[in-house]
Amino acid sequence: MRAKTTLLIILLAALHLTILFAGFVAPYDPTVQNRDLPYAPPTHLHFRDTAGFHLRPFVYGLTPTDDGYKEDRSRAFPIRAFARSDSYRWLGLFESNLHLFGVDDPGRILLFGTDAFGRDEFSRVLYGGQISVAAGVVATFVALLVGSVVGVVAGYYGGWIDEILMGSTELFLSLPWLYFLLGVRAFLPLHVSPARTFLLLACVIGLIGWARPARLVRGVALSARTRNYVLAARGFGGSDFYLLRRHVLPKTYGVLLTQAALLVPRYIAAEVALSFFGLGINEPAPSWGNMLSVLQQYSVLVSYAWLLAPAAALFITSVIYSLLADALHSRLESRSS
Amino acid sequence: MIYLFRRLLRAALLLAGVSALCFLFTDLAPGSFFDEMRLNPQISPETIDSLRTRYGLNQPLPVRYGRWMKSALHADLGYSVAYNMPVAPLLWSRAKNTLLLTTTATILSWLISVPLGLWAATRRGQWADRGITMGTSLLVATPEVVIAVALLAIAARWHLAPIGGMVSSGFDELSGWSKVRDVIVHLTLPVLILVLCESAVIVRHVRASVLEVLGTSYVRAARGLGIRRTRLLFRHVLPASANPAISLFGFSLAGLISGSLLVEVICGWPGLGPLVLEATLSRDFYVVIGGIMLSALFMVAGNLIADLMLIAFDPRIRTGAADAS
Repeated sequence: MRAKTTLLIILLAALHLTILFAGFVAPYDPTVQNRDLPYAPPTHLHFRDTAGFHLRPFVYGLTPTDDGYKEDRSRAFPIRAFARSDSYRWLGLFESNLHLFGVDDPGRILLFGTDAFGRDEFSRVLYGGQISVAAGVVATFVALLVGSVVGVVAGYYGGWIDEILMGSTELFLSLPWLYFLLGVRAFLPLHVSPARTFLLLACVIGLIGWARPARLVRGVALSARTRNYVLAARGFGGSDFYLLRRHVLPKTYGVLLTQAALLVPRYIAAEVALSFFGLGINEPAPSWGNMLSVLQQYSVLVSYAWLLAPAAALFITSVIYSLLADALHSRLESRSS
Repeated sequence: MIYLFRRLLRAALLLAGVSALCFLFTDLAPGSFFDEMRLNPQISPETIDSLRTRYGLNQPLPVRYGRWMKSALHADLGYSVAYNMPVAPLLWSRAKNTLLLTTTATILSWLISVPLGLWAATRRGQWADRGITMGTSLLVATPEVVIAVALLAIAARWHLAPIGGMVSSGFDELSGWSKVRDVIVHLTLPVLILVLCESAVIVRHVRASVLEVLGTSYVRAARGLGIRRTRLLFRHVLPASANPAISLFGFSLAGLISGSLLVEVICGWPGLGPLVLEATLSRDFYVVIGGIMLSALFMVAGNLIADLMLIAFDPRIRTGAADAS
């Protein structure tokens, strides 16, 4: 059980680091267009040519034909580790052009193919993940922050405060959240800068989702309030603030952690849905949602399966997170019983 | 009876709360339909002002809310500026399609999930149970967007089901039965997506609650008395484990309605979802509010049905309700 949780956390960390260092891992700039290579299929990695087997894989260039592309076997481009190409900024700070892998010009390595503008889908999935995953994480943070404050206050003070706060959670829980999200989004400006859109989205998603964590935290706070040691601490003259900070809040961490693992993938999916609808992050900045929205065209959907890559990325992220949520949940259960 | 009355009152209060919340948001919103119009040089500012006056948008929030409430009680739900007609008929024409989609999906997913959950619970720990448990956890973990897009891609690739819309282009010329068939064929894909999203959760819950009942001593006693397995399952275990499942029905409605919005937009089903989305993009606030209200209404109604079913199924609640109220 422990080993599994550790493995999941390592996987998750690897995923987040890959996305965080998208500039380094991705071979190309996500916004650079290559009009000669629209809808190029994923590049095949070759190990074998006429001369025999090579340990270092290589790729061939592509020449357009009537119905797609053909490999141009006349020249091979070996894949190099730590290649130099498009420049980017490490975490937005240091300028660099070092990439994990790449091929010499004019060859291109397109692991997930290209989109309509010849942009490298693999690089876009990584960069898009930065926006989508960050939106999910920020939204979760907002939801848990609001939820835990409301929950602790409601559970600890009880009485009419509790009634009012829990009544409002019922209001929020009773709305189909996607309609609600769309509604709230409708009332916010449509055309603003990507950075502001991002924050706006994350906050809106988070502010709609505070109700469920609030209820769970309230339950924990309610049970903590009547524990003997809390009563004892109160008897010794502990203030409300002290009791909340020292005895009630620490009790909620387990629930909050489990909720976080549960909510992050859900909120990433919410961002993806909104961007898919055209209400989220706008082009040319990539996000998983706006990358998927090209699939709304029937011809793209039928012919270019590799453009489903962001959906696969979202799927993998969600599965890892939910496995972790399950593991955390069962740990919490076994500890409390 | 008193219980029912309390539930209805609560539902009405909830809807009022939702609408108040919506109006609060509109008031905080910086843009409006007419702001976009203002950018058009062919429309004079006077025209826009007169339009604003006509739609009553220059009045303070409480007045607007009051007027809207009045129109809601007349079943108008305000006026759409983009479509130039009252919101209610507009919504209603689309809501029928949403209802068709969601009820079909709900019925189907319950029909599939209850036997599956029961089967998994009776074969606890065997391969069938493990397979079902793993499959459902995977489905629960998969976001609806991914399921929808993936199924759509599969269906499009191998031409398994028609994509987009609710009817074929020559629908009006079809005769009665072929019309029904045409709609059913178009219904397949969106319903399939919703069923996949929904049933995973239901199967898990049914399995868990059946397992709980199977572990009780009265079931063991019944088994000891030599009651036949099928009779035991369907006469004793299933009704006893229905309670959590029915509560789940109420809870899962929110997810179902949200999911149907997504599916409708992705599959091009002409339901509430695309309408609300368009209204969001064109900032047609009353339509958005109407859409939210209607979706909340569906949910509240569904929850009421779930409560009524609980009363019908579970004698403990029938007697308990009398005590509580």
